[in-house]
Amino acid sequence: MPSLLITGAKLADGTTTDLFIADGVLADPGSAPAGVERIDADGLIAIPGLVDPHTHLRQPGREDAETVDTGTAAAARGGFTCVHAMANLTPVTDTAEAAEFVQSLGERDGHCEVRVVGAVTKGLDGEELSELGLMANSRANVRVFSDDGRCVADSLVMRRALTYVKSFDGVIAQHSQDPRLAGPTACCHESEWSGKLGLPGWPSQAESIIVARDVQLAELTDSRIHVCHVSTAESVEVIRWAKKRGIKVTAEATPHHLLLDTPLVAGYDTTFKVNPPLRTSEHLEAIREALADGTIDMVGTDHAPHARQDKDHPFDVALPGMIGLEQALAVVMEVMVNTGRMDWPTLVERMSFAPARLGHTPTQGRPLAIGEPANVTLVDPSARATVDAEQSRSRARNNPYHGRELPDPVMATIWAGKVTYRR
Amino acid sequence: MRHLLSCRDLDLTTTTAILDLAEEMQQVQSRPVKKLPALRGRTIVNIFFEDSTRTRTSFEIAGKWLSADTINVSAKGSSVSKGESLRDTMLTLDAMGVDAFVIRHASSGAAAQVASWVKAQVVNAGDGQHEHPTQALLDAFTMRQHFARHDLGGFEGKRVAIVGDVLHSRVARSNVILQQTLGSEVVLVAPPTLMPTGADTWGCEVTKDFDEVLDSCDIVMMLRVQRERMAGGFFPTEREYTEAYGLTPERLAAMKSGAAICHPGPMNRGVEISSAAADAANSLVLEQVAAGVAIRMSVLYHLLGSDEGAMH
Repeated sequence: MPSLLITGAKLADGTTTDLFIADGVLADPGSAPAGVERIDADGLIAIPGLVDPHTHLRQPGREDAETVDTGTAAAARGGFTCVHAMANLTPVTDTAEAAEFVQSLGERDGHCEVRVVGAVTKGLDGEELSELGLMANSRANVRVFSDDGRCVADSLVMRRALTYVKSFDGVIAQHSQDPRLAGPTACCHESEWSGKLGLPGWPSQAESIIVARDVQLAELTDSRIHVCHVSTAESVEVIRWAKKRGIKVTAEATPHHLLLDTPLVAGYDTTFKVNPPLRTSEHLEAIREALADGTIDMVGTDHAPHARQDKDHPFDVALPGMIGLEQALAVVMEVMVNTGRMDWPTLVERMSFAPARLGHTPTQGRPLAIGEPANVTLVDPSARATVDAEQSRSRARNNPYHGRELPDPVMATIWAGKVTYRR
Repeated sequence: MRHLLSCRDLDLTTTTAILDLAEEMQQVQSRPVKKLPALRGRTIVNIFFEDSTRTRTSFEIAGKWLSADTINVSAKGSSVSKGESLRDTMLTLDAMGVDAFVIRHASSGAAAQVASWVKAQVVNAGDGQHEHPTQALLDAFTMRQHFARHDLGGFEGKRVAIVGDVLHSRVARSNVILQQTLGSEVVLVAPPTLMPTGADTWGCEVTKDFDEVLDSCDIVMMLRVQRERMAGGFFPTEREYTEAYGLTPERLAAMKSGAAICHPGPMNRGVEISSAAADAANSLVLEQVAAGVAIRMSVLYHLLGSDEGAMH
């Protein structure tokens, strides 16, 4: 593996240093040989590789929408060195064999580390537990379990899942959606907008009711609960309460719930159909505040690639979801850092350290220090560009930021010592 | 105006022009030879993804009387069941050189989506729970004739009650917008479970008490109660609904003098409207149906009648 010397990079804490990468780890820059390949990082910020706790890679099953190859290439473009591959694949990742298959796809095609997320219930049907222990003991070493896309709605099933995964320090990552209050057709934040547009409403309480139940089940079982894609002010309040109480709850916010709001669906453009739906500004504000103060621990992209034909339907029929890996850092910078709400060390905590801790991924979310794995993202804090959906490394084009001017920060991504993206 | 997707596309001048032309079109209907050559050589496809006898038929007659070539496509389930997307279905027809689509779809926003994809002009003949602009136009047309007949003046200052399942009603949404454009005050009357979120921001009065507002309204527009709503738990029983929101003989008697009754049809007699009200002298229900063809002729002419497809 070729070694690499990055010179004059600023770290998140503001200090300037050289980083010498050899054999996949960070080594003493003083030991770099004279003719070593160099990257001049003057003016750039070096941060630990980003970790996404919530990615849909669509392989196996929907390779026309995304593959491990294209999805992780988009991840590398976005500065990520690790993604967590959600279980709603075909077949569903609900057995050790399925988990090891996704693991091997990651090892073969990945442009970053692929951590496998297992289903909580067989076939994501919310009824019978999937092979949680066998997946944990498999080569995929699964620790995060989620029926994402669907909510584990039955309280008893949820209690048992939490109790069961505790024995191997697993965590249940819940897609919080009361299936009666926000049914299958619910596709617009219940608000003035759903009323005016005639779209079935998705009230914010359909999320927070499940979050409130789940944190109490986590307390009952003394187990770990992770709240996926928190989108409402009410959920934030519940999580804040639960953390104060010492409940083992973590939460993630998506870039789109930080930046994009309900009025964007007024033209019925299905690119903006996502689940949970885009919320109104008071919710966006609550999510931003919670991400800044740590009530929300991390950013999860919920990168959800879809083939065009699955979006070219009426709004209530089109599949929900939007891609987000390539613009995640840009959006967090724009909303949180450039506005002074968050500093760089906090961004690193929210986008690298915290998500690596979620599933106990030892190779990720480590400081940029000698002896640590060489997962590095080089960021130009001042570069900006207009997003062009056609210029994506993802196979999908459902990019909600298309045409929007945003930071374009990622100059290079290095995963385990290899350059996986360079501009 | 390139498309008619929403009553928001209609300002007062345009609305008045459409209503005025519809008066002329109505004269044509009383002639023995009804055909006008206005849209000769134009092709209009009525594509209905949802069943509708009266709307589809009136658009078809309107097109034919204007000498357009009108083709009906009943698309209910056809392409969707084959797995084709709405976009592909519409692009396929668009590629055949259609001048306009008249589209009815069960999903809100479908007409707007189609307009963003095709080269043809698009008329929204009802999209889900969103809008039904030609229905609001024919309602306004019928009301205007009623006001004229009884020397009641124009829309300015009139109170129009829209009563019933506002939540699921595209007729209500289009009427709220159009009646406000014309200068009426709108009062929405619905059980709390059938009032849309945010209706209080629509610029109209909102109430759950029909009797409180009944005697102050110049028009009482009753909305159809869909059978599936009753099963959906939005209200306890049909009987309880009728008691609070039905236009019963008692409420008919309590209406303001000179006030009239509208209903977009089809009616559930005995539920939201009693037979006494439906057949009353001040019921405009059949006039609404009769106005359907004239209004749709006027709309098609406004959209397609000049080379630019612009309003005259």
